[in-house]
Amino acid sequence: MSLRIVVTVKYVPDATGDRHFADDLTVDRDDVDGLLSELDEYAVEQALQIADAADDAEITVLTVGPEDAKDALRKALSMGADKAIHVEDDDLHGTDAIGTSLVLAKAIEKAGFDLVVSGMASTDGTAGIVPALLAERLGVPQVTLLSEVSVEDGVVKGRRDGDTASEQLQASLPAVVSVTDQSGEARYPSFKGIMAAKKKPVQSWDLEDLEIEADEVGLAGAWTKVDSATERPARTAGTIVKDEGEGGKQLAEFLAGQKFI
Amino acid sequence: MAEVLVYVDHVDGAVRKPTLELLTLARRIGEPVAVALGPGAENTAAALAEHGAVKVLTHDAAEYADYLVVPKVDALQAAYDAVSPAAVLVPSSAEGKEIAARLAVRIGSGIITDATDLEAGDEGPVATQSAFAASFTTKSRIAKGVPVITVKPNSAAVEAAPAAGAVEALAVVFSEKATGTKVTARTPRASTGRPELTEAAIVVSGGRGVNGAENFSVIENLADSLGAAVGASRAAVDAGWYPHTNQVGQTGKSVSPQLYIASGISGAIQHRAGMQTSKTIVAINKDAEAPIFDLVDYGVVGDLFDVVPQLTEEIKTRKG
Ligand SMILES: Cc1cc2nc3c(=O)[nH]c(=O)nc-3n(C[C@H](O)[C@H](O)[C@H](O)COP(=O)(O)OP(=O)(O)OC[C@H]3O[C@@H](n4cnc5c(N)ncnc54)[C@H](O)[C@@H]3O)c2cc1C
Ligand SMILES: Cc1cc2nc3c(=O)[nH]c(=O)nc-3n(C[C@H](O)[C@H](O)[C@H](O)COP(=O)(O)OP(=O)(O)OC[C@H]3O[C@@H](n4cnc5c(N)ncnc54)[C@H](O)[C@@H]3O)c2cc1C
Repeated sequence: MSLRIVVTVKYVPDATGDRHFADDLTVDRDDVDGLLSELDEYAVEQALQIADAADDAEITVLTVGPEDAKDALRKALSMGADKAIHVEDDDLHGTDAIGTSLVLAKAIEKAGFDLVVSGMASTDGTAGIVPALLAERLGVPQVTLLSEVSVEDGVVKGRRDGDTASEQLQASLPAVVSVTDQSGEARYPSFKGIMAAKKKPVQSWDLEDLEIEADEVGLAGAWTKVDSATERPARTAGTIVKDEGEGGKQLAEFLAGQKFI
Repeated sequence: MAEVLVYVDHVDGAVRKPTLELLTLARRIGEPVAVALGPGAENTAAALAEHGAVKVLTHDAAEYADYLVVPKVDALQAAYDAVSPAAVLVPSSAEGKEIAARLAVRIGSGIITDATDLEAGDEGPVATQSAFAASFTTKSRIAKGVPVITVKPNSAAVEAAPAAGAVEALAVVFSEKATGTKVTARTPRASTGRPELTEAAIVVSGGRGVNGAENFSVIENLADSLGAAVGASRAAVDAGWYPHTNQVGQTGKSVSPQLYIASGISGAIQHRAGMQTSKTIVAINKDAEAPIFDLVDYGVVGDLFDVVPQLTEEIKTRKG
């Protein structure tokens, strides 16, 4: 039987752009270009490798996000995923992590899955909790923050490099996996891949399709409330010296003045 | 006064500093009740009591080491049910965030991750977070349920505040899911003898400019002269010059020391995300146009192989 892999991918504002908040304190998406969160490219890559190693596998990429989030799906499809699901609904605007995990979990269940693959964190919210939340909601094992992953005979194995130890993990499918940027470089879409992606199916679901009430998600339904967002004051210009043989000593003088030595 | 549950990060009974900081923050919103799990849990009591824990709930079982995350969620939930706290605080480690997140879903609450400060507010605790590579500061609170908040290291000064710290055994019944993810092997990380990166008061980091694993001794020597931790940019880590556990940045550790010294690091946004909140920032880079210089309090435009050894010597001389 086919191995059904769902990869969760997030559409985020480009980190190298001038990111800021909109008046309602959600992420301003109008001023900065959006893209597939770079850390989710690693998730797509590992899914592709797992699928390659399986007899028969199908990869669905899934995003929850606005209209433009289709770009993130296209990128993942052009890397080699088979099909895509876009959960889109005006009432989703401002959904927090708990709400996002609810929507993703319902969509994953509706799509059907043996393995969910996520990134280690998004590049905008950067919480790194959605994979654990999905495991909790789906009632399946979490095998998260892996720098190495493989699937064989219905068992997922991986290596998790933590602060104090490196651990080998193992769980039976179905399971939720998240992979780090140490898991292996993500492939670039080929021209053929980009052309093929245009023909791959992208399904759109809204809240009604997922049997979620509007007040369970969005800004109004959020479990968290942002009261203010203030830009960090620009640092006052520091002292910059050119090393003309005494740079190390000058720096030592500065550090001594600051009582670090 | 309302009780606040504090999840304890410890290694065989030795409480890690971020937990002591958490106790300081917890006292601003209530009376800390600590939850310590695993081997040596009871040995944490003295340190926790000294920093304000009115009670220490402990439990040890093989499950904590043998299976990933879920046994700890079960235990924290048992503590939550036993105490009915006004808030739950967890250190912002990778595992801490996962534990907190799963608990939040179970108790129907919202979660705030990576808080850098915490205050009591009219509508519950107000958390400070930094967003978009620390270019914004936000204030948030939990709108539904009992606040579950994870707090980053170095978010508060540790303050002693002796309290009873009475040890009580926590009754834990593991859920069916607790044994879902088996830890089949564990290789502990060898200690370098240097301070923990996220907890260090001074961090000395090297990047691509260090140009080779063997050259990292230049960075290490400076770090040792200052009693500092060693960090690295992703470029240095990807090149295999330094372990990934020392990476500073978005996908590495985020540090917020009193002093951060970057050598041969350009200052890409993803690196800045992990060090921009450092109190004093110093950079050594031979390119005067490197973006890291926009952040610095003091910068030296020069070759790190000239500047860093001279600096190290000068520090040693001054320290006698
Ligand atoms: C600066 C900032 C701070 C925030 N702080 C909080 C907070 O403290 N609490 C809170 O509840 N919410 C918070 N949010 C909202 C939160 O970012 C979103 O709800 C988000 O979709 C889930 O969290 P994350 O982006 O941190 O994802 P992470 O947990 O970091 O993401 C991990 C993985 O989950 C998957 N994933 C995440 N979101 C999606 C998606 N929309 N579609 C598909 N896959 C996805 C991806 O595979 C991703 O790699 C914050 C947002 C911002 C911009
Ligand atoms: C999703 C994602 C996540 C990422 N996460 C991280 C992260 O966590 N941490 C991180 O650091 N990066 C991260 N990056 C990578 C980041 O974008 C940069 O590529 C990286 O930080 C560059 O490292 P660097 O500054 O050491 O190298 P470079 O940008 O190559 O800079 C090297 C600097 O050294 C200087 N130099 C060279 N020789 C000398 C000398 N002899 N003396 C003095 N100066 C010298 C050069 O002038 C230059 O400025 C991430 C990228 C992505 C896409």
